[in-house]
Amino acid sequence: MEIQTWTFIIVGITFALYIGIAIWSRAGSTKEFYIAGGGVSPLANGLATAADWMSAASFLGMAGIIAFSGYDGSVYLMGWTGGYVLLALLLAPYLRKFGKFTVPDFIGDRYYSNVARTVAVVAALFVSFTYVAGQMRGVGVVFSRFLDVEVNTGVYIGMAVVLFYAFLGGMKGITYTQVAQYCVLIFAFMVPAIFISIMATGNPIPQMGFGSAGEDGVYLLDKLDGLMTELGFTAYTDGTKSKTDVFFITAALMMGTAGLPHVIIRFFTVPKVKDARKSAGYALLFIAILYTTAPAIAVFARTNLMETVQDTPYKEIPSWFTKWEDTGLIAWSDKNGDGKIQYLPGSAIEGKKPMFIQGRGDYGQRKISNSSKIANELYVDRDITVLANPEIAGLPNWIIALVAAGGLAAALSTAAGLLLVISTSISHDLIKKQFARDISDKKELLIARLSAVLAVVVAGYFGINPPGFVASVVALAFGLAASSFFPAIVMGIFSKRMNREGAISGMIAGLVITSYYIARFKLGWIGNPETSGTDNWWFGISPEGFGTVGMLVNFAVALIVSQLTAPPPEKVQEIVENIRIPSGAGDAIEH
Amino acid sequence: MDTSQRKKYWRENLKYLTILLVIWFLVSYGFGILWVEELNTIRLGGFKLGFWFAQQGSIYVFVILIFVYVRLMNKLDKKFKVNE
Repeated sequence: MEIQTWTFIIVGITFALYIGIAIWSRAGSTKEFYIAGGGVSPLANGLATAADWMSAASFLGMAGIIAFSGYDGSVYLMGWTGGYVLLALLLAPYLRKFGKFTVPDFIGDRYYSNVARTVAVVAALFVSFTYVAGQMRGVGVVFSRFLDVEVNTGVYIGMAVVLFYAFLGGMKGITYTQVAQYCVLIFAFMVPAIFISIMATGNPIPQMGFGSAGEDGVYLLDKLDGLMTELGFTAYTDGTKSKTDVFFITAALMMGTAGLPHVIIRFFTVPKVKDARKSAGYALLFIAILYTTAPAIAVFARTNLMETVQDTPYKEIPSWFTKWEDTGLIAWSDKNGDGKIQYLPGSAIEGKKPMFIQGRGDYGQRKISNSSKIANELYVDRDITVLANPEIAGLPNWIIALVAAGGLAAALSTAAGLLLVISTSISHDLIKKQFARDISDKKELLIARLSAVLAVVVAGYFGINPPGFVASVVALAFGLAASSFFPAIVMGIFSKRMNREGAISGMIAGLVITSYYIARFKLGWIGNPETSGTDNWWFGISPEGFGTVGMLVNFAVALIVSQLTAPPPEKVQEIVENIRIPSGAGDAIEH
Repeated sequence: MDTSQRKKYWRENLKYLTILLVIWFLVSYGFGILWVEELNTIRLGGFKLGFWFAQQGSIYVFVILIFVYVRLMNKLDKKFKVNE
């Protein structure tokens, strides 16, 4: 059967599954809608958290980022897993014991202040919208790539599916669809990886395969380092980022992960405090399966690319090369006119994407209008690392279709989790807590559903008309979460002395300085472009890593201000005492 | 649970946290970033050790750390009779 037919069948089956689960798990109360009734088992919550966490970018993009940045890619591997240790040890159990619905709930109650709650709501909404816009775009891209539809049409289909189960089931529906989505995405990721590993090294475990030797008896990583340095690239295992920057980016991603509202609220759904600890362990275990395989795929793909294309005449190139050239993910411009491909350091094109023009070149290659002056002749989109895997390994068509279903599962599960945070923030933190304290549970549930619709529509709009800052989602979402939520929550648990004044000024200081830095050095919205280059970075820290500085500023300001102002009231100190003891978590308090 | 028991329980918890977070820091920021060149002179099969910690080892240790914490705390909760 054709790939296209298989894709329709497999994607169709998975979608029917998600919708079936949504109908089965309709929410009947706000408690079910916000936190799935607090009755999710630690294992199911671990699976759901893993699916929630791993987006289209993790599934399709990460192996590619590592393949083309080598050691530097480690920041994502360590950063996006190490945060779970912080969650399990410092946040999740205590927040579960606290037993409310949202992160702003905790901030508002612990710091006995509506201002603190409002700052938290605004930060949660901003972080989640930035994040979800990229996800909706990702859904569209995945659809367009596999089902041959326009990106925008893909966004509409994605909106319709997410809306269906977010509207009906809220957190309950999302949780159980995410469990299914994890199974789909991990299977789709691992099958090609195992086959490729066997092909490259004879070892079926990719994690060990990329440390093994190929048929020639040379270790794969040594061979890759050799190939790369010979052509003037930095060795794969060395990297080009400064040590300071690697340190700060890793830290910002870790603290950011631990501070992201859509991750934190997943731990409100389990019955007991010890379940919260355990499910963080399961979540990281399930995430680690993909995250430790990605660097292996990266090495196989990069080695394969270097060996296959280097000095190969275009006429003799394997068919996957021309297939992905047709989709625009590969471009070749024969700069020295020898008919062979030279793959060297530097960008082969001006700008970010190749601009294809009518007609074919002397060897049948697609012509581009923006080739650069550098000797490198090859443009490769990073996403190809995962996308082309099944074909390179010669796997059957249904596996290629499975990768499509996996990519969609990854994108949809993350989008749904974020949309829930947004709708909860609107219906619970804003409407219920600020304007209409006395509304009935039924009414709040209705408002929650309508907020979910609103959130999907806004996210879809951003997906179709992506604002410029979406490309900076890593810097923005993680930087802002690290510089606002993480310190405020940690101090709220571990310091009884931390008070309202300290927490609010700390959060605001962290948010302001981090936003300023990103706006200036990443987005170029403020400041003189001439003094906003990489040479002007403070302490050589990139915008992606600046969240760590923002976090330190938050801690420092909060500690100083809290020392100069009155300690929190007795009642609040009792709350802190209480959340430190696991027993008696009971149900999340309905209010 | 009286105040002194609470204090004891919390101190014990903080002790676990400190030890586990020191390991957390060592395997990632230490072995994977700060001392990566030094460790890269040591080999683990086809891997340079520092590179291995940055892309594999740290993640395995993270998973183990959480499950160790789960075990330690379950025991501690039982000891102080705050388990459920």
